Amino acid sequence: MTAILEVDDLTVDFTRAGTRTAAVRGVSLRVEAGERVGIVGESGSGKSVTAQAVMRLLPTTATVGGSVRFAGQDVLAYDAAKLAAWRGADIAMVFQDPMSSLNPLLRVGTQLTEGLRRHRGLSKSDARAEAARLLKLVGIADADRRLDDYPHAFSGGMRQRVCIAIAAACTPKLIIADEPTTALDVTVQAQVLDLLDELTERYATATVLVSHDLGVISSFCDRILVMYAGRVVEAGPTDDIVADPAHPYTRALLDSIPRLEGELPRRLPAIPGSPPFGDVPADSCAFADRCAYAQPVCRTVAPPTVPVGPRTQAACHFPLTLAEEVTR
Amino acid sequence: MSRFLLRRVPQAIIVLFGVVTLAFLLTHVVPGDPARLIAGPNASAATVASIHHELGLDRSLAYQYGKFLLGLLHFDLGTSFALQNTPVSTAILRALPVSAALAVLGVLWEAVLGIPVGIIAAYRPGKLADRATTLASLVGLSAPPFWVGLLLLYLLAFKFNLFPLSGYEAPFINYLILPSFTLGLGGAAWYARLTRTNMLEALRSPYVQMARAKGMPERVVLLRHCLRNVLSPLLTMLGMDLGYFLGGVVVIESVFGLPGVGKLTFDAIGTLDVPMITGAVLFAAFFIVVMNLLVDLAYALVDPRVRR
Repeated sequence: MTAILEVDDLTVDFTRAGTRTAAVRGVSLRVEAGERVGIVGESGSGKSVTAQAVMRLLPTTATVGGSVRFAGQDVLAYDAAKLAAWRGADIAMVFQDPMSSLNPLLRVGTQLTEGLRRHRGLSKSDARAEAARLLKLVGIADADRRLDDYPHAFSGGMRQRVCIAIAAACTPKLIIADEPTTALDVTVQAQVLDLLDELTERYATATVLVSHDLGVISSFCDRILVMYAGRVVEAGPTDDIVADPAHPYTRALLDSIPRLEGELPRRLPAIPGSPPFGDVPADSCAFADRCAYAQPVCRTVAPPTVPVGPRTQAACHFPLTLAEEVTR
Repeated sequence: MSRFLLRRVPQAIIVLFGVVTLAFLLTHVVPGDPARLIAGPNASAATVASIHHELGLDRSLAYQYGKFLLGLLHFDLGTSFALQNTPVSTAILRALPVSAALAVLGVLWEAVLGIPVGIIAAYRPGKLADRATTLASLVGLSAPPFWVGLLLLYLLAFKFNLFPLSGYEAPFINYLILPSFTLGLGGAAWYARLTRTNMLEALRSPYVQMARAKGMPERVVLLRHCLRNVLSPLLTMLGMDLGYFLGGVVVIESVFGLPGVGKLTFDAIGTLDVPMITGAVLFAAFFIVVMNLLVDLAYALVDPRVRR
């Protein structure tokens, strides 16, 4: 397998009114061709910023460090023309809010065909036919007529289908889906995920799914990265992490997923406190203040990322997996 | 569409009726006697009384109002007190082309100066161009038009002789450039700010992110995705301005000596020319109401969400 995306020690700082705030503090990730990787974390953990940094969509107030390589090429060095040719053709993105990510004043057909015409060089009529095929593919009935509709004539779930059709239009090698189901009703969420699942399966498209919902991520992804305060705190194959989380934060996230087994109703456990906003002292674990297992060393030494299982790594002084081995 | 008109046209008529009634009544509340003004300070009481009778001012207010409304039904606005034997409608229609030319050019200045400046400012917020336009628009907004007009007259017309000082004769455009520029300047400053705000919002919007993520080059992002969303609200405001200006711009027309509806209104107020004042007010209100209607219709054309 070849790596389609390699992110190495990515950092993102935002400068506002002279003060710098670190949003991403050294994230590394690797996505193989056709692989599905999930990034999970709370609001403010830097997961969306990481996704936007990869797409080069961050505003000019952001300073990006580290490296992003796509199919071996240095994305951070792309000029405007190269970027425009790359986005939409080789990499595509599905955004969080389908209500506002489609242009309200342009017909859906226009928004679908503009990418097809630019990247695949289709003629007007060919692009229209292809757009109708794509709409049909994402499950929109009467596709040919609906191309002339404006976004407001579609429901939220339908709009997200349109957005997925736009992302998949040029069969990119990688689709980044940034909270694609967060703004949707629960019943529609499953449909949209199934659609994404089906499309990426069919074209062997690699996918990076960004979500705060570990349940969504674990049902969709081969591999998971858990982010906290701008860092990856745990990474590994989904099965390993769900079965045996090493980082107390991952454990807490797993515990807060509602389950149908056992006695009902019951209160879901919540993680006390809130994630740090802005700067975290370099020589401590960012999760220490909310962690039930924290020791004095957690507040004086930042934990390095170390292997905690056969295929998983975590940044924790007292990984739960090792602790259990000791007690066993 | 027809349902829209069916609802809006009666509304418009009620508004116009209200405006006319208010204007009519106000001119009677204001102290001063038009007959005395016409007759002059040395006229005898008998002369004033006869002028009163001639103008119908000796009848009750209700009678005068009824007569005025009856005339309106026949599109007759009455005869001017001050300009002897001139029907009000003739006087207004004579002045209208001047005001119309001034209004159209003024709105053009607003759009041509304001919108591009706002776009440039928004594209690099906080940079020199942005700061310069913010400052310039503040000046443009704060400067009173009569002062700007006098300043321009002094510099460009008096000192450098580039434009005529005052009046209105062929070639008319020479007499219109300075006044319309003065008229448009305040609006342009306002539109620059508005465009900048709208543009900043559009540039931050998810659909612009999406367009970029689709691989649209910056030019397409700006022209196809941003500009439409920025311009559609501005279009309606420009339309309203046009309606407002068409009714006559009193200050500008007075400063530049243009014989438009604004000047006509101004002079009529000076002589308490009741029919002329009510006629001019009715005209101004008519344009505003009609442009409002047209703007709402145009808005439905630009924005599919308003369409029904």
